[in-house]
This record gives sequence, structure tokens and C-alpha cells, in this order.
Amino acid sequence: MDFFVRQKEIVSIVGESGCGKSVLAKMMLALVHPTSGTLLYNGRAIGNELDHWREVQAVFQDPFASFNQFFTIRSQLKSSFHLFKTKPPKKEIEDRVDNALLAVNIVPREIEGKYPFELSGGQMQRMLLARIFILRPKVLIADEPTSMVDACCRATILDYLLKLKEELEMTIVFITHDIGLAYYVSDRMFIMHEGRVVEQGEPDDVALNPKDPRTVKLLDDIPNIHKEWIRR
Amino acid sequence: MPVFEVRDLHLHYQMRYGEKIHAVAGVSFALEEGEVFGIAGESGCGKSTLVNGCMGLFIPPLRPTSGDVLVNGESIMNLPPETVRRTVLGRKVAMIPQGAFNSLNPTRKIKDLAADMIKCHEEKASTTRTEIYGRLRERFTLIGMDAERVLNSFPIQLTAGMRQRCVIGISTLLNPALVIADEPTSALDVSTQKSVIKMLFDLLDEGIFSTMIFITHELPLLRHVSSRISVMYAGEFVEVGATEQVVFDPRQPYTKALMGSMLFAEPGQKERKPIAIEGAPPKLDKPIAGCRFAPRCTEARKDCAALKQEIREVAGRQVKFTHSRARNSRAISATAKSWSEPSIVWISLSGRRRLCL
Repeated sequence: MDFFVRQKEIVSIVGESGCGKSVLAKMMLALVHPTSGTLLYNGRAIGNELDHWREVQAVFQDPFASFNQFFTIRSQLKSSFHLFKTKPPKKEIEDRVDNALLAVNIVPREIEGKYPFELSGGQMQRMLLARIFILRPKVLIADEPTSMVDACCRATILDYLLKLKEELEMTIVFITHDIGLAYYVSDRMFIMHEGRVVEQGEPDDVALNPKDPRTVKLLDDIPNIHKEWIRR
Repeated sequence: MPVFEVRDLHLHYQMRYGEKIHAVAGVSFALEEGEVFGIAGESGCGKSTLVNGCMGLFIPPLRPTSGDVLVNGESIMNLPPETVRRTVLGRKVAMIPQGAFNSLNPTRKIKDLAADMIKCHEEKASTTRTEIYGRLRERFTLIGMDAERVLNSFPIQLTAGMRQRCVIGISTLLNPALVIADEPTSALDVSTQKSVIKMLFDLLDEGIFSTMIFITHELPLLRHVSSRISVMYAGEFVEVGATEQVVFDPRQPYTKALMGSMLFAEPGQKERKPIAIEGAPPKLDKPIAGCRFAPRCTEARKDCAALKQEIREVAGRQVKFTHSRARNSRAISATAKSWSEPSIVWISLSGRRRLCL
């Protein structure tokens, strides 16, 4: 597959389960190496992984699987600073963790001493985003960040992601099977099928005027409240 | 007589030091044969607790406070656990859970898991192994699966969609009167979701089960699945009505917020910011006098959190309000504490009122 992502852009990669979205995310995070071809970041092949992770970070689908249940949330947020080349002083770490929590509307004392299992899924997803506010990467790979939260919390998570983009001028790669979500947030959309990009372009073109039959089928499979979805 | 009926059900969790969490408060509804009843609500609103209550499954610390649950006119409340296992689970009421993979023992083949359903819940315990596997092959073929291959597979060898179909096949083996589908498609992509729901409809139309409760937080999905929808919040039903009414013309502020939080790939969506419902549901360890949604409600008035709620009829559906917001709304009765005959919906058409079942 061939594709590119511009700086400060939000792109969405949409497709069915098993089409290769998460594998692509792992390749962009240098967690998996391509069989052939090249993946370039800022025009260069990915070298040292630690250097890469300082600039490219991820938010995953299951926040509980992303945090260690045996350590407090605050201690795990503070451990994010291990990724920095020069670890800031203790007071600065505490302040930056507090500011990151406030950025996602969590009062720091509310999570003092708390473990991941004591929070809801929506709150834990905010913790993942707080971590991103601490790390301030240039690129964020959001792999189904809202699929495990309710619709009413989804909008809140989206707001924080858009806030990240505005404040940190971040590039965001959204991976999702929710076309409504992809249409709303994206500057461009890619439709994946069986490991290939079958259609790409602006949301209005891809979602409203699809050309590829596989995109048409994917859109038909989404329950639309205004038209018939299943024939009985 | 309704196939399934819940009458003013109250459920609570008995905590260690004596406090009670009132997880379900005053839920009532009745289902007729062939009906699909949708329940929508966010995580923690009491949907799964209600499911357990509807199955008579009171695993501590969950306990019934009051109310009744009837299947074909017979109460299934307050039965001993062994009686629930032998006569209710799988036979009168079956559940299709959310995460199929977590419901299937990864160390056993599908045929053994399915056979357990028959051995544990069917009255006639003398069914032979050959008879059991014959029935499994027949049922799995009926639901459109390669019976021989699937039954002899381990769960890890199947795709997510196939695992969910297996769970549906196993849950409906004993032809229950009611199937409760608790978020059966939330972990699936849209194409698999559509095929799984089509399968549920096929089984309903074939008469494998009589009626279904479909639970989800996605109201647009219920638009196509259910004939009636109830919206649940903090243990209560806050709006109950025909599907088109609730989806296209929600009246209760929480229902409006839930619909407003949906995202659609359609013109105008980019300009229409989805509604974010800030805050968290209330703690249910103490009685709540007024509206449970008031602290998070953008339409709340000063007295909403304190005033007792009424069930009002608004534009053909039943809504829980603390004050009369809608024109032409009327209280069902001044002292109504429970939903009155929710299986009968009055729909106003061109000024005439018609009784619809």
C-alpha cells in the first residue's frame, strides 16, 4: 500500500475487522516491521525506536490493557518521563502531571492513590490522553480510541483529541470502523480492505460519494436512521 | 397474555457494611410474541443488572428488593438457584452476552460448550451423546454455519463474528421464550454486526425464540432492530415509546442528549458538534428525590433535583419529568409510580388517538 500523511493533518483509516488497520498502526509505531517497502517519518527511515517514540505515540482501544493494574495511575503517568532525553526535576514532573490531568477535566486529587480498576472506561481513556498531554508527541496514532466508551463520552474524547491537535499542532492518524466519527474529525479518509487502501480522499468524497464497490458496501452496512438497513 | 412481563422491579446490591446500591428502580414493561424491545443507556445505568433480574439470576451481592418478573404468566422471582438453573436459564430466558470470546472456554471445543447447555438446563437428563451432537449439527446448520467444522473448533480458531454466532446458537439451543441480547454487536465491525443482527431476526422469524430484548447504547441501531425503545438512566426508564418517536422526536433531555451524541456520515455533520454529556451518573446508595439526570442536564430548572418525578404522556410516548415541559403532556395519573401498561402505546394521528399494540 502507498499513502502519506501531512503535518497537522487528521487522517482516518477505516475498514472492517481484520483488514490490517491495527497492523498498519503498529508499523507506524515501529512495533512491527514491514515485509517489504519503506515507511518514512519526516523523509527518513525509522532508526532508533526510542527517538521515534519520543515523537510518535499512541492511544489504544482498551485503556485497561494499556495501564498496569498493580500501580497507581499517577505513578504510571509520572513514569512517562522516562521517555524524555533529560528527565525534568521532581517538582516539574508533578506540575506537568497535574496540568495534563486538568487538560482532560480531571481534578488531580480525585485520582490520588487510585488504581486503574477503580475508574470507569471513559475516565481511563482520559488518562491515556493525559499521558499524551505530558509527552507532547508530534504524531498521535489513535487506534479505536472511542470504540469501548459510550456514545455520550465519545464526544468528550473527541474534544480532547481536537484540543491536542490545536494546542500541540499534532498530526493525528485515527484508526476506526466508525465512519460517522471518521467523517466528522478527518481532513482525509482512507478505506482499507484486505490489507490495501481501496479508496482515499476528502470525507465528503469518500463517505458521501464513494467510488469503490468495497467502500459502497462498507457504507451500506452502517445503520442509517433514515433508510432501510436490514430486509426481513 | 404477554410472553414476558416485568412489574415495578427494584433491584439492589447489598454491600459489605450494610449499605444498599439501588441499581434498578421501578422498571416495568411487557412484551408480546414477536416483539423486539430495545433498551438504550450508557454504561453503569443498570442495563446488565436489569438483565440479571429478568433472568432470575441473583448472584450476591445482587438481590431483588421488590417487584415481579413473569414468563408466560409464571413468576420467576424468588426461585431457588437450582430451580432457576433447571427451569429458567436457557429454557424460558436466555442471554447473548457482549464479549463472545470471554463467554467461551478457550480450552474446550464449541461442540462441548454447546452440549453443556443441553446437559445443564434441559429437564430430560437422559439425552445421549449421539442425540446431543445430532441436535447441535442441525441447529448450527440452521443458523448458516459449517456445523462440522465449527463444532469441532476451539474458539481461538474462529473469527469474532463466528464466535458471536456460536454464542447465539448455544444460547438459543433450548428455544427460550425470551432472548436478551446484551450489546451483542458492540465489539464487532459494521459488516459483521449486520450479519449477526440478520441472524437474530431469522431465528425470531423461524420461531426459535418468541421475543427479544436488545440492549445497546447506540440508538441508531435500535431504530432498525426494535419496535419499541426504552431509554434507561441511573436505574430508571426515563422514556418509553415507539422506535420512530424516540429516535426522531426524543422528549426527555437525556434521550435528546443521547441522540445528539451520535455521529453520522451525512451532509451537515461536520458543522453539527456532537453533544458531550459531562459529569457522571449519580451514586445510588441513597434515595434520590428528584430527577437523577438533573446535575448533568442542560435543560434543568432549579427544582428538578428536588421535585418528585411523574410519568407523563407526551406526544404518544411515556416520559419521566419533574415538570410539564411539553405542550399537551399530561400525567398518567397524579400518583403514578410505575409505567402503566407500556405494551399499549397511544399514537396521535391527525388529531385522532389510536390504540396500537
